[in-house]
Amino acid sequence: MTDVRAAAAQAAAAAATDAYQRIVAALIRITGDWTLAEDSAQEALALALDRWPTDGVPDNPGGWLMTVARNRALDVLRRGTVERRKLRDVAVLALTAATAAPERQEEIVDDRLRLIFTCCHPALPLEARVALTLRTICAVATADIAQAFLVSESTMTRRLTRAKTKITEARIPYRVPTGPALTERLPGVLAVLYLLFTHGYNADGEPAFADEAIRLSRLLARLMPDQPEARALLALFLLQHSRRDARRDATGGLVPLDRQDRSRWDHTAIAEATGILSSVPGVSGSGVYALQAQIAACHATAPSIADTDWTRVADCYDRLAEQQPSPVIELNRAVAHGYAHGPAAGLDLLARARAGGALDDYPLVIAAEADLTARSGDRVRAARLFREAADRVPGDAERRALLDRADEL
Amino acid sequence: MKYLMFVCTDTEPDTDPAPEPDIDAWVDKHDASGQRLRGMGLGPKSTATTVRVRNGQTLVSDGPFAETKELIVGFDLLECADLDEAIEVARAHPMARGGRIEIRPQADWDKS
Repeated sequence: MTDVRAAAAQAAAAAATDAYQRIVAALIRITGDWTLAEDSAQEALALALDRWPTDGVPDNPGGWLMTVARNRALDVLRRGTVERRKLRDVAVLALTAATAAPERQEEIVDDRLRLIFTCCHPALPLEARVALTLRTICAVATADIAQAFLVSESTMTRRLTRAKTKITEARIPYRVPTGPALTERLPGVLAVLYLLFTHGYNADGEPAFADEAIRLSRLLARLMPDQPEARALLALFLLQHSRRDARRDATGGLVPLDRQDRSRWDHTAIAEATGILSSVPGVSGSGVYALQAQIAACHATAPSIADTDWTRVADCYDRLAEQQPSPVIELNRAVAHGYAHGPAAGLDLLARARAGGALDDYPLVIAAEADLTARSGDRVRAARLFREAADRVPGDAERRALLDRADEL
Repeated sequence: MKYLMFVCTDTEPDTDPAPEPDIDAWVDKHDASGQRLRGMGLGPKSTATTVRVRNGQTLVSDGPFAETKELIVGFDLLECADLDEAIEVARAHPMARGGRIEIRPQADWDKS
């Protein structure tokens, strides 16, 4: 009995994610009513979890969920004043989805893409875009989203309601932009996914969000096969996520890349990511996510820090610094050049990056300078810099690591 | 769907040296497409008058109602299918570069 329940729960979970997105996306398209769409899909899921353990999982779990959600939506719509056309469209939707004719399936896939672009519309506040994506597409509970954003559940509910109200009242379209508008909008969508991922990846984040971001970017990459940046983002997520077990020590402290146990990296994910990257234009034609993914891939496929393709990493940082200039990129660029073209080249770039004063608050800059100085042979100065960096980092583990480096010299 | 475009000045206009689009061409094009219902430019700040009624008393004073650096210098009433279409119209207006444009939908008083 327990096995049957477990199997049912598993089948329900597998069918759920896929069916949920399709149901919500299709119902929003037809009715324009976000709450109705979400409630109908949620109730269908709840009924499945209640029935399937005893009645058995239906042959077509997705179709079953769609039918239940449809009937629920129709009930609500019939009670209100709604155009006959909408009622008919909802009814037809459920039937065609259950029989799953291939050409209709394509239309449903498009619905999910429409939903992503609407949730990530730039006319919505950035935080609302992330929250709405989590709530509507990933079906994350409002309470869990609130917790991740450090606000109360009622605040998050209000934020989501305001966003949905704006979509309706300002008539934000439920459509994937085309032509030049798509080129302008896609980076915004990818940025929301990136934010979602970092929310899951950071130390104080919600780990499940990283999985959601990967799932969503996988869907986006599949739905937009002619957009290399969408694929590159998926590769970048997979590569960063592949290090999740190795980047924390037993006490939860951050382990720097050069001290990570590379055998603990997820090599299946790395292989998938490098496979994806082989279909993305090379360094010269790359967008910002492709460049970051190329850098991550260089690290992920190298046996050690020393045996990393630093020339390629340095090339990627040169391009990245042109496309998306930032102090942190300049710092990483200096480090990469230090490995690729010698410590003097690295120190030179580091001095230029620090000239504006933007890096004054980064203790890691001093650590980088210390490392480059040590490799250039000036051990006395390097040891002094390592101690200076150790004084300024916040974490005990990082401080100890820097003091160890000073003592080694 | 009706949208009102507030055409405003901005303290940080576009620095792109490319010439700004021509306002007459913009008006002609969007009048012809039916997306611009009407609109007009407004006199300077010094010509503005504010009217309030408080306890039955009409209070008339000079100046715009909001003390901001940005000033509304014109408006256009649009008829567009959705927000993206209104954004397309607004982006082609010269003041999208020389200033900024705020797009507001008509309120739906009948709803709820």
